[in-house]
Amino acid sequence: MTAPDAHQAAAGDALPLLAVEGLTLERGPSRILDGVSLTLGRGETLALVGESGAGKSTIAFALMGLIGKGEAKIAGRMRFDEVEDLVSLNERGWGRLRGRRIAMVFQDAGAALDPCYTVGGQLVSVLRRQLGLSRAKARERALELLEGVGINDAEARLSAYPHELSGGMQQRVMVAIALACNPELLLADEPTSALDVTIQAQIIRLILTEIRARGASCVFVLHDLALASQSCDKIVVLYAGQVMEAGPSRGILEHPRHPYTRLLKSCVLEIGTETLDPPEGGVPSYGDMPAGCRFATRCPNALPRCFAERPVLAAEGERLIACFNPEPRQ
Amino acid sequence: MLSQAAGKIAQTLVVLLIVSIASFSLLKLAPGDPVLLMLGSEFDQASYDSLNHALGLDQPMIVQYAQWLGNFVTGDWGVSYVARADIFNLVVREALPVTLTLTACSLGLAILVGVPVGVLSAVKKDTAWDAGAAVFALTGTAFPSFFLGILLIWFLGVKFGAFPVMGFVPPWEDFWAGLYHLVLPSITLSTFFIGMIVRVTRAALVEVLDQPYITAARARGEPGWRVVWVHGVRNIMMPVVTVIGLQLGGILQGAVLTETVFSMPGIGQMLTNAVLGREYMLVQAGVMLTAVMFILVNLLVDLSYPLLDPRLRPR
Repeated sequence: MTAPDAHQAAAGDALPLLAVEGLTLERGPSRILDGVSLTLGRGETLALVGESGAGKSTIAFALMGLIGKGEAKIAGRMRFDEVEDLVSLNERGWGRLRGRRIAMVFQDAGAALDPCYTVGGQLVSVLRRQLGLSRAKARERALELLEGVGINDAEARLSAYPHELSGGMQQRVMVAIALACNPELLLADEPTSALDVTIQAQIIRLILTEIRARGASCVFVLHDLALASQSCDKIVVLYAGQVMEAGPSRGILEHPRHPYTRLLKSCVLEIGTETLDPPEGGVPSYGDMPAGCRFATRCPNALPRCFAERPVLAAEGERLIACFNPEPRQ
Repeated sequence: MLSQAAGKIAQTLVVLLIVSIASFSLLKLAPGDPVLLMLGSEFDQASYDSLNHALGLDQPMIVQYAQWLGNFVTGDWGVSYVARADIFNLVVREALPVTLTLTACSLGLAILVGVPVGVLSAVKKDTAWDAGAAVFALTGTAFPSFFLGILLIWFLGVKFGAFPVMGFVPPWEDFWAGLYHLVLPSITLSTFFIGMIVRVTRAALVEVLDQPYITAARARGEPGWRVVWVHGVRNIMMPVVTVIGLQLGGILQGAVLTETVFSMPGIGQMLTNAVLGREYMLVQAGVMLTAVMFILVNLLVDLSYPLLDPRLRPR
């Protein structure tokens, strides 16, 4: 037996690093996530794509154990490496994973860094607590990390407060903190949506470079299908808490099979294309979900059975599609 | 930072000047001619004029004010007719330490009880504990302190004899005896304060615990106690310190009642006696001192903001 390499894992031959099966999350009467399944191999990158409210961030928060037992009811299975059941993991168990083996980059770094502590203080505290480094060693490592994420004059930035940095700088610091303990899985929750367009690409590239250098896996939460297909190996398209389509990113962008993925793709403006077909209507409210496919109310291909019966996510080659009436295969 | 502080201090000086004018007018508005009061019933016009001149009362008002202010600043606050003693000594050396000790003990007690109860309430939001703490806080705020003082005297003092019910022993002379005498007055004076602190701590922390940086701290693997006490509490210091500062004025007023109930020779008791005995100069000194303390506390609160929140520090 050889250790599974990234390629094998990607092909699904070996035990993946992360496996989510039938993840369901209910907040009161609303079912925010409805049977979400996905797998992620070592060294793989995956993008969760969909409109706001599709449950993308909720999945990331659930993978981090940040949803309290009182806040929502979680069912299904989440396995991370040798930890068989993240759903029923207690706080102590999470304490061994969070920040250390699974780390997270947040949407708005300006709000996710504590305004009362310096950048260096927050970075050093992670290194000392998680890795047991001495104060001097941790400071040294913090400097290296800041330089690693492309922060000039890192020495001076250590004693800066978050509000003294630009948005791009704040997000770089956030990335440095998330990578401080060389996590095996990085969750990036819309890491660029609070940033200028010019900075967005830099941050995505930075995250990709850093996780590749570490051989880590990454789950991106994005709403931009084109960006997702450029950045990630795999894409999972979510709609109202259900997986619509999943598979290798190139294929999904080029030949979307699910009507919803097609709709998302049509939102990507391309120079030279005449027709722009914006999605009509909005995501139905969680109290008012159709019994069958949740996309049925907006779907151009909807059949009568779509409203009554929930399509199962079925494999077609490398692709997984949950639809009774998908676009024909090309 | 320095120019900011200088501005605040200048502001404070203006307020102090206004207070001093009000305080000066108090003496002028008080009924009775001090010269007549001092001369008694038998006197002639010449001795009246000479005393009037000696006291500077024939000078224009603005000159009298300037003289009075100069005297006040240099610690010459006049002589008490009743106690036949220097007012500065009476107020600053004798009464003030008592009140400051009582205030400090009550404040310390209020913070030690109020902040943890408020923090736990916020962490255990919407549980039975939270509801209980809310009732406790409201009761503390609503319950009149003089009545609580009397209840405490009756139960803990008279009925069980657990604590002394009156008097003051300076803790710097006999620490334990001093503390022992301060137990009941401090509880009495701090209940209102505890209620305020619990409520403001809870409200501020509930808001802070919803902030992304709290979630991010948890995501970095920080244990729950650290998230709450290091990141949560650090971020609510500003509102809590503000409320404590503002209420410190209230605690000085509360001290008047508490000192009277527990027969403590502080500013409160002194002022009560001065008003009853129509010793206007003593009242004036007390008013000035109370105002100065209140203004100084506010200045300290203002100056503490940049320390509490780095975002308020000028770049």
